[in-house]
Amino acid sequence: MRKIQVLTVLLGVFLMMAPLPARSDSKIHSGKTVAEANPPEEVERPIPNLFITPPPLSEGIFPCSDCHADQKTNPNRRELTEFHENIKLINHAEKQRWCLDCHNPDDRDYLRLASGKLVTFEESYYLCGQCHGTIFRDWKAGVHGKRTGEWNGKKVYRLCVQCHNPHNPRFKPITPKPPPIKPADIK
Amino acid sequence: MKEPKISPPREHKVARRSFLKGAALGSVALALPSRDADASIWDAFFQKHFREMNDKELKKVLKRLEQEYAEKYGVDIDISANKPLSGVLFGYGLDLSRCIGCRRCVYACVGENNQSRDPQIQWITVLRFKKGDKWVNDLENADKYYNPDKVPEEGYFYMPTQCQQCENPPCVSACPTQATWKEDDGIIVVDYNWCIGCRYCMAACPYGARHFNWTGPGIPKDEINTKTHYLGNRPRYHGIVEKCTFCIQRTRNTPGRYPACVEICPVGARKFGNMLDPKSEIRYCIENKRIFRLKEDLNTYPKFFYFFAT
Ligand code: SF4
Ligand code: SF4
Repeated sequence: MRKIQVLTVLLGVFLMMAPLPARSDSKIHSGKTVAEANPPEEVERPIPNLFITPPPLSEGIFPCSDCHADQKTNPNRRELTEFHENIKLINHAEKQRWCLDCHNPDDRDYLRLASGKLVTFEESYYLCGQCHGTIFRDWKAGVHGKRTGEWNGKKVYRLCVQCHNPHNPRFKPITPKPPPIKPADIK
Repeated sequence: MKEPKISPPREHKVARRSFLKGAALGSVALALPSRDADASIWDAFFQKHFREMNDKELKKVLKRLEQEYAEKYGVDIDISANKPLSGVLFGYGLDLSRCIGCRRCVYACVGENNQSRDPQIQWITVLRFKKGDKWVNDLENADKYYNPDKVPEEGYFYMPTQCQQCENPPCVSACPTQATWKEDDGIIVVDYNWCIGCRYCMAACPYGARHFNWTGPGIPKDEINTKTHYLGNRPRYHGIVEKCTFCIQRTRNTPGRYPACVEICPVGARKFGNMLDPKSEIRYCIENKRIFRLKEDLNTYPKFFYFFAT
């Protein structure tokens, strides 16, 4: 009998306490300053100071300013017919994206971030990182992408475009190496 | 022509074994190498366990082995015996959402580690699973002989396996001669000169990671990797067991190269590093990815971590 009483009391206490966290929670919420509500972004991991392979620029095409310097920029979204006809966005946000979202219209030798900041072709990872934040984070930590060199020394990082064609980024299927010999086929 | 000698040739091991038998029967002399046998045969016969040799003895053994390999294979093979680096515990990561099953890693490993081409020995096996199938504890139903024109294939995923370098390795406890053991950097090694080929370790390994040499290794002379380690990729003998060593001959250096399978993987699915270094890639994987290990219920604690990255 005593046990039941104790349990009932405990249950009562428990029920009284249960809504508490929710209430104090909302209080904290409303009392928050703007800075608290939007904590500063985690200090950005620096780009590792490691050897990065050069971008695979097509020969005879770069510097872009060779042709584009005296050309008027046509900002209209369109299919390219006179030049670069083979460049099409395939499975890479073709509805939302267009050349000048990445290529700087005023000086084509640079790429341009959404913020307006210019970046070189050697730093194109900033451009890719704008949309692919989690992958950019992994890449900086040395986890996304092919990594060669020394596990405790100099590492070779590859640019995103070394493995992914930026206009058609999906990894292309390749021929596998031969399967192992089945035990039954061992002579 | 005189048969080139290489230790421990079959007779030597038989000799070691029958020596003990002979000793029991009190007829030791019968089992020993004959008196006019070459000095190196005596040296090979009395070669100590790797862990019992001092630096001087080890140097002598390495020199003798290099001579024997040169005679047998006709190439100069350099055998190092680098010790584990202090403060290093190796760990390996494999991103299953990246692997496309191309088997580049298998063949890079074969070449780097002097695995027999004929008969074929491969330390890495790439398993293929149907998406959605029951799999992780049912590896026997996986297909390792898949052979399409192109990979990856629609509706499948791939899981490479190799020695998991268990922290609690059943293969080591099974070995009756202590020819296999765990080194301080976590790598499970085999002293090929002490292995008697009983294959208890193969039976004990739950991952099918150990391989037996039914004959001497068949490797074309120009494909022999001459940069070797005593406990790693030096050419093996007929009748002994071998396995992955995280490319001990590459990784145990400062600076140390990545294992060959990490270096070759075209999609960067393979990660490697020092688990004791908080800034290492493998630590990042363990701390930030949803990792799992194979057959965790067996308490072998592999240092090989699988994960699915986004
Ligand atoms: S090389 Fe990389 S992608 Fe190819 S099978 Fe091996 S782990 Fe998978
Ligand atoms: S995977 Fe097998 S061979 Fe490798 S350490 Fe574990 S039990 Fe031993």
